[in-house]
Amino acid sequence: MANATMMGPPAETQPATGVYNGKVGMWIFLGSEVMFFTALIGSYIILRFAHPEQWATPGQALNIPVTAVNTFLLICSSVTMVKAFAAIQDGDQKGLRMWLVATVLIGATFVSVQVYEYVHLAHLGLLPSGYREGSDLANAAASGVAWKAGPALPAAVGLYGTTFYTMTGFHGFHVTMGVLCMAFVTWKAFNGKYTVADHRGVEVIGLYWHFVDLVWIILFTIVYLM
Amino acid sequence: MATTAAVVDHATHAHADDRSFIRKYIFSTDHKIIGIQFGLMSLVFLALGGTLAMMIRWQLGFPGKPMPLGSLLPETMAAGGIMLPEFYVALVTMHGTIMVFFAIMPLLMGLFGNFLIPLKIGAPDMAFPRINMASFWIAVSAGVLMMAGFFVEGGHAGAGWTGYAPLSARPDLSGVSLGQELWCLSLIILGLASILGATNYITTVINMRAPGMTWFRLPLSIWALFIASILVLLAIPILSGAAIMLLFDQTIGTNFFNPATGGQPLLWQHLFWYFGHPEVYILILPAMGFVSDVLACGSRKPVFGYHSMIYAIISIGFLGWIVWGHHMFQSGMNPTLGMTFTISTLLIAVPSAIKVFNWMGTMWRGSIHFTTPVLHAVGFVAMFTIGGLSGVFMSSTPVDIYIHDTYFIVAHLHYVLFGGSLFGLFAAITFWYPKMFGRMMNEFWGKVHFWLTMVFYNAVFWPMHDIGVHGHMRRIYDPSQYDFLKPLAPVNTFISISAFLLFATQGIFALNFIISWFKGEKAGRNPWKDTGLEWSTPSPAPHGNFEKTPTVYNAPYEFSVPGMAEDYLPQDQKADQSRAPAGAGH
Ligand code: HEM
Ligand SMILES: [Cu+2]
Repeated sequence: MANATMMGPPAETQPATGVYNGKVGMWIFLGSEVMFFTALIGSYIILRFAHPEQWATPGQALNIPVTAVNTFLLICSSVTMVKAFAAIQDGDQKGLRMWLVATVLIGATFVSVQVYEYVHLAHLGLLPSGYREGSDLANAAASGVAWKAGPALPAAVGLYGTTFYTMTGFHGFHVTMGVLCMAFVTWKAFNGKYTVADHRGVEVIGLYWHFVDLVWIILFTIVYLM
Repeated sequence: MATTAAVVDHATHAHADDRSFIRKYIFSTDHKIIGIQFGLMSLVFLALGGTLAMMIRWQLGFPGKPMPLGSLLPETMAAGGIMLPEFYVALVTMHGTIMVFFAIMPLLMGLFGNFLIPLKIGAPDMAFPRINMASFWIAVSAGVLMMAGFFVEGGHAGAGWTGYAPLSARPDLSGVSLGQELWCLSLIILGLASILGATNYITTVINMRAPGMTWFRLPLSIWALFIASILVLLAIPILSGAAIMLLFDQTIGTNFFNPATGGQPLLWQHLFWYFGHPEVYILILPAMGFVSDVLACGSRKPVFGYHSMIYAIISIGFLGWIVWGHHMFQSGMNPTLGMTFTISTLLIAVPSAIKVFNWMGTMWRGSIHFTTPVLHAVGFVAMFTIGGLSGVFMSSTPVDIYIHDTYFIVAHLHYVLFGGSLFGLFAAITFWYPKMFGRMMNEFWGKVHFWLTMVFYNAVFWPMHDIGVHGHMRRIYDPSQYDFLKPLAPVNTFISISAFLLFATQGIFALNFIISWFKGEKAGRNPWKDTGLEWSTPSPAPHGNFEKTPTVYNAPYEFSVPGMAEDYLPQDQKADQSRAPAGAGH
């Protein structure tokens, strides 16, 4: 252990780890987020193993191409985020603003596509509770005929709808929060609040953003592709 | 920084506090004020949870008799003063919920996490003071929502503090819809407050320790709060996730826990207890830490086995994650899996026992000053030992299949939560009260409160082991309906009367707390002659805590060091300085 008497004069803003509080705090907070999504994904796994027959074949009810594009967009927004951070590290205020605005816009687009997807699915007949009575999907499932060049739809999709909406919904909620915080950071950037020496806000929101992005890649894989 | 200014102005700490009343006491970002706010809120909830317990005990001790003042309750709760079964289950549910989430947990983490961490590590405040303030007000709004449940149509949630599905998930089964939804919503919101708090505490301990405050110079109270914060950080989101799923089942028709559509009620149990067992360690570890501090000071000896105490705290925090199945032995679990959970649960008794032996080692041959806090700390050790031992019984599957869901469990959980956490809290409150309010609590009434509490507490909870083994079920409305429970009626009456006396005794504490606030004897900086950094500041400590950032030279419990003028060596005093009566003129 360090010998206290050897230390220099007390410097109270000096963090013990050498990493500023905001960054340490965000990493810790993300630990909590990991557990939250673990609870959701763990429940998904348990429910799906218990009732595999309630899951539709991938691509049958959910539109993979549209969501794949949306996924690509979200990954792009991580790139723009990195660009924004790199810009302010070089003191490039214009670059910072431009890349932050791009990130906000892409994030907002992602959420909008998701909302559109929900509306479309509900119209087609998939609700958090399962099929919507009298909907196209419900009728097709009841008649037992092949749906969209695939096999017949499952007779019941209660758990499918439940897990789909809950998992993607909570991810969407996280993206929405991220967009709001990012908008705040962008606003501060336009007021010249970040400098080469101090751009902690950009870095901290970036950590959160990359995390939410990563979670989506996992969710997209297991919810849409598997 | 305010503290630096004070150094310049060394004669009087003259950084005049020009914050408005609201900034200073309502929307304060000062960790000490926020801690005290949490404390007052939780004490109110403690009183409320206790009141609910009194109603429960009335019904069990005097089933079917009109409750005193019962006529004040609306007809939907008590018809003609006689408690209705629906109201009874709501009372049991809310007693547990309030005590765990709104009394004990915010007292340990909200009050003492906030109050002690910066003071004891030598920091001017928390890492994120504004998030800290937000955390308190989020917790308050969760409390308001939880209380609102009593006044809504259909009554409050009645599925127990563990909220087992499908009863909790299906209003058509329970007859409760809005109450149960508010229960979920409130816990989700409270969870957010807890996670923000934990993030703050962990960052603060990691990053804001004063120079020289190495990890192995941290007092055990801080170690315990630190590990408990990690448990909060990682366990609470599981509860939040589960509560969200439950809320969705109730409101938007999802099927997580609904067996009719393939949902899995057992999933709720797994999620709840995967959170729930770490939660019980959140509820005990901080108390263990406080008791270690108080016992060392009271015995004028270093904590016996300081390092082993830390390793015990860490291993309890770790093992706490792999024992949750011991709450589910009756759920039809595979016996091999049950055996695994039995073994892991027995394992956790080992670090717990290490701690108990170390406390005894600390007191052994110490010159113990039996002040009120020390009495409570000794009471903690004794009562926690009993609760831990009954836990060892229950961790064995064959035994637990017999006593599960009986009053034996109620006895266990009250020995660890009341005998453990609450006695630990009484020790901590009476010990740090002078630092919070600048005045001492009354010693005489403190001792009266301790002894009466000790006697009545055991009169209430000890017999519960016995009626539990006789098969008395938990959460039943009317024991007189079962022939095999009829012979136990006098015991139930005895327990209830003792409980009323126990409750009344707490009035002494409440009065002592309030009156001492205004009239108590003024406390100097260090009334207990303790070694912690918090005692080097004025009582109460000013905004910003320290006149100048302390430098730490010593381990946390340097009591009775040979060759010293005083029998204690504060953490921020060099060994040779203390020969002169340093700081006396300060
Ligand atoms: C030596 C340590 C401990 C062991 C071996 C242990 C074991 C157990 C077991 C096996 C059960 C389940 C009994 C059943 O429902 O059939 C249980 C219940 C419980 N324990 Fe412990 N326990 C220990 C310490 C603690 C501590 C420190 C706390 C809290 C501060 C605690 C709080 C509870 C509570 C609240 C319940 C009842 C939960 C419910 O409402 O069903 N236990 N304990
Ligand atoms: Cu447990």
